[in-house]
Amino acid sequence: MPALLETHGLHAGYGQTKVLHGIDFAVEQGGVTALLGANGAGKTTTLRAICAMIRTTEGGVWLGGERIDRLATEEIVRRGVGHVPDGRGTVLELSVEDNLRLGAYIRRDRAGVAADLERLFGYFPRLKERYRQQAGTLSGGEQQMLAISRALLVKPRLLLLDEPSFGLAPLIVQEIFHILRRINAEEKVSILVVEQNASLALDLADHAYVLETGRIVVSGTAAEVRQNDAVRRSYLGY
Amino acid sequence: MNGLLHQIASGVASGAIYASVALALVMIYQATHHVNFAQGEMATLSSYVALTLIHVGIPYWVAFALAVALSFVLGVMVERVLMRPVMNAPVLTSVGVFIGLLLVINALDGWIFGYTIKAFPSPFHSAHPLAGGLVSPHELGETGLTLVVLTLVWVFFRFTPLGLAMRAAAYNPSSARLCGVRVNRMLGLGWGLAAAIGAAAGIMVAPVVFLDPNMMSGILLYAFAGALLGGIDNALGAVVGGFTVGVLENLFGAYVVGTELKLTVALIIIVAVLLAKPAGLFGRAVQSRV
Repeated sequence: MPALLETHGLHAGYGQTKVLHGIDFAVEQGGVTALLGANGAGKTTTLRAICAMIRTTEGGVWLGGERIDRLATEEIVRRGVGHVPDGRGTVLELSVEDNLRLGAYIRRDRAGVAADLERLFGYFPRLKERYRQQAGTLSGGEQQMLAISRALLVKPRLLLLDEPSFGLAPLIVQEIFHILRRINAEEKVSILVVEQNASLALDLADHAYVLETGRIVVSGTAAEVRQNDAVRRSYLGY
Repeated sequence: MNGLLHQIASGVASGAIYASVALALVMIYQATHHVNFAQGEMATLSSYVALTLIHVGIPYWVAFALAVALSFVLGVMVERVLMRPVMNAPVLTSVGVFIGLLLVINALDGWIFGYTIKAFPSPFHSAHPLAGGLVSPHELGETGLTLVVLTLVWVFFRFTPLGLAMRAAAYNPSSARLCGVRVNRMLGLGWGLAAAIGAAAGIMVAPVVFLDPNMMSGILLYAFAGALLGGIDNALGAVVGGFTVGVLENLFGAYVVGTELKLTVALIIIVAVLLAKPAGLFGRAVQSRV
């Protein structure tokens, strides 16, 4: 069975600055893949290249066998990619309700959306309490919950998460990762998660890749990567 | 006393026009962060189109609808052809395009339709005086129609998914894209809607101020004052600001500065708002926590 997402020799960057120098990796159907690495390794850039938020200069990205790196961001989203970018990508000027309505913008099945919304409130009851509030007034954790919910409302096959733990209190991070595990299983959505917190990400993931200055240096199952000496020294601290 | 009421009533009537044009300005401003200086000229062109259609014998409201629809198409085309290429260019480039568009349309109007001032028919008539002669039929009808337009626009943006997508595309294009919103198309739609609203305002004001290529230049100033007063990034503010400026302009013109200096009221409001409260009455910084 082919992987849900594959990249082959992916090169991308910002203007003259090349950040990715030929990345090959895959996300299995139904799996959770983690991209690990230090600041500036190219993790966020990889997610942006997948969603065509930056141009791919060489190589390509395939989603379910279809090449997507020449498509516009909105068309990639419509093919089933939910992206929670760094900075979370909620529209701060809009209410929680409108952010969620926006998430379901491409859906035409009203009943399905309503059912999804109820399930999301099951995962994140606090969003229901904050339903009418302006998104900008939410706490960091609540904004992350809103961002994840918004991305899930496009009914994605693949969910891209850019540092879901960033700037959040440890307890909230635990809660969110716990829910992400449930979402992976219950919503049948594959996940590609970028994290600086390697230990946390390896707990969630089945496969992992370690990026260093735009190249993949270690890859394997989460257990293998966890056992890798270099990874342990650099990212896990033991 | 009756004089004062009369001035207020006709201030509300012209305020309705300013409110519409101010709303069109704000819609473009929210999406592009620039003020479309050509908004007025686009409305003037629409009014000429409407008048031409009426003169060839097309019924008034059909001509009205056709002119508004054509203006919508023109607005979409302006975004597609002129604005899209300079989307990421520096501010002065966009300003240059806006001013160029203003001059081109203004010159085209004169060239095609002539510079002579033309009378424009009003669809609103009444056999006997309304409210004891307080308001003219046209003032009443024009204000009513504007309120209907404004309400429709509000309902569209507040309650329809498309309106929501357009707001999101204006506030935060990259987040909107991540929700599958085709942002470029939304910008085009925004320009089309703004042009259509401006067209309706132009056709409604033409019977009052008469039609010539510079018909909207003063009105654009009042509308701009209204938009600033309400808050240039706030649609509701623009509407309230537009009505306020209409009433103020009329009262000051009648009782303080005289009709010759009415336009000065707009300029004073612009300067005063920018000095005292640049965000306007309704504009406010977005609250955010990180």
